[in-house]
Amino acid sequence: MPGTLDLDFFRWDVVAPFVAKGLGYSVWLTIVATLGGICFGTVLALVRLLGKPALERPVAIYVNIMRSVPLVMVLLWFFLIIPFVTGRPVGAEMSAIVTFVAFEAAYFSEIVRAGIQAIARGQFNAGFALGMTYGQNMRFVVLPQAFRNMLPVFLTQVVILFQDTSLVYAIGAYDLLKGFETVGKNVGRPVEAYLLAAVVYFLVCMALSTAVRLVQKRVQIIR
Amino acid sequence: MALDWSVFCKETTTGDLIADCFGSRGDQTYLNWILSAWSWTLTVSLGALLVALIVGVAVGTLRTLPDRPWLASLGAAWVELFRDIPLLVQIFLWYFVIPDAFPLLKKCSPALLVIVAIGLFTSARIAEQVRAGIRSLSRGQRHAALALGLTTAQTYRHVLLPMALRIIIPPLTSEAMNVVKNSSVAFAVSITELTFFARQAGEETAAPIQMYLAATVLYGLTAFGVNRLMHVIERRARIPGFGSAGAAAVH
Repeated sequence: MPGTLDLDFFRWDVVAPFVAKGLGYSVWLTIVATLGGICFGTVLALVRLLGKPALERPVAIYVNIMRSVPLVMVLLWFFLIIPFVTGRPVGAEMSAIVTFVAFEAAYFSEIVRAGIQAIARGQFNAGFALGMTYGQNMRFVVLPQAFRNMLPVFLTQVVILFQDTSLVYAIGAYDLLKGFETVGKNVGRPVEAYLLAAVVYFLVCMALSTAVRLVQKRVQIIR
Repeated sequence: MALDWSVFCKETTTGDLIADCFGSRGDQTYLNWILSAWSWTLTVSLGALLVALIVGVAVGTLRTLPDRPWLASLGAAWVELFRDIPLLVQIFLWYFVIPDAFPLLKKCSPALLVIVAIGLFTSARIAEQVRAGIRSLSRGQRHAALALGLTTAQTYRHVLLPMALRIIIPPLTSEAMNVVKNSSVAFAVSITELTFFARQAGEETAAPIQMYLAATVLYGLTAFGVNRLMHVIERRARIPGFGSAGAAAVH
């Protein structure tokens, strides 16, 4: 029995404005969440390595909760709670950005923590022997090496992150998927629009993961 | 802020409080509903994990076959395809697009389609782990098996896979917990699992905090249960003399 898929409706000039708006938001969300996640994640990782249990424990609890709850639930939670904190409603797009930064910070903190722990003990000791403080030691000796080693894992996480941005569907933010969905509804071809969305996501992610593989190869040579 | 938990004893259509919190004769309380939602989360997770394990082991094995380059590329293409499309979009593909292209599938239950979607999405990840596990075995294992006169199939069945699968139990454990978390995406096609419940019940009762908290705790419990179960399996399956030494090599 032949199927009923029909892609004739597809005209770039009809589709482009919606998709461009959505893609813009998805990319923006990915970039902000990556940068914010790495910044806060590094802070969280450093706190966990301070050797002060009173500070370590709350951070460990935060990270473990974030990592054990589905992202969709975290998105719903933040969408519910942020208006209470700010005192006024915020849009789904803004709420999603805050959620992703908070969520990715937990994941990036684990990557950074592993990266720091993989740096040879002698590097720390040499830094201290030279009279550096903990902060200087991290800033000039440990983190530069750790970040270089972590680059491939960071990039892999970015590909996952870009895919995860589609979950803002749960709170109705306007992302790439929503763009396709809107076009599909407008032209009365929602099913085909999902197929096109899959193709676009696939192309973007494949390009990203190919880039990750190239970087991985280069980093391997450096080592 | 004290939370009113009696909302779970309310009947879902009339809103009346029910004395023992469990509805009877067609009545359904929110407590009934969340338990049924939890069972859907468990059903979808376990079903998807089963699909993912079967397909993942098969594809991962294909990628390591000697002298079968086109089968290996087929495996590579499989992994690339299912890894580079977001899970939510894959679920829409299975739910909307594929039944549209193959009308026979319209008779399939939505839950089955979602199980296949999450299962195949996860199969790509498991295939990579299986491949890494097989690769981490010393080549002597394969050579010894062939020297004993085993065919390639027998080598995989009796020598390589039993070792590789034991080695990859730790990453499989986190993948199994990911499946539980990923099952939440099924809400998007109206599978009445925990996330769907939390959204719906939170709106109906105007008590979203209680509903979200309950759902979140159940997710946590489920993931923890999966984690414990995998540890039991790991301990039971351990072969004396082969500790988890090989596990560090995978990832």
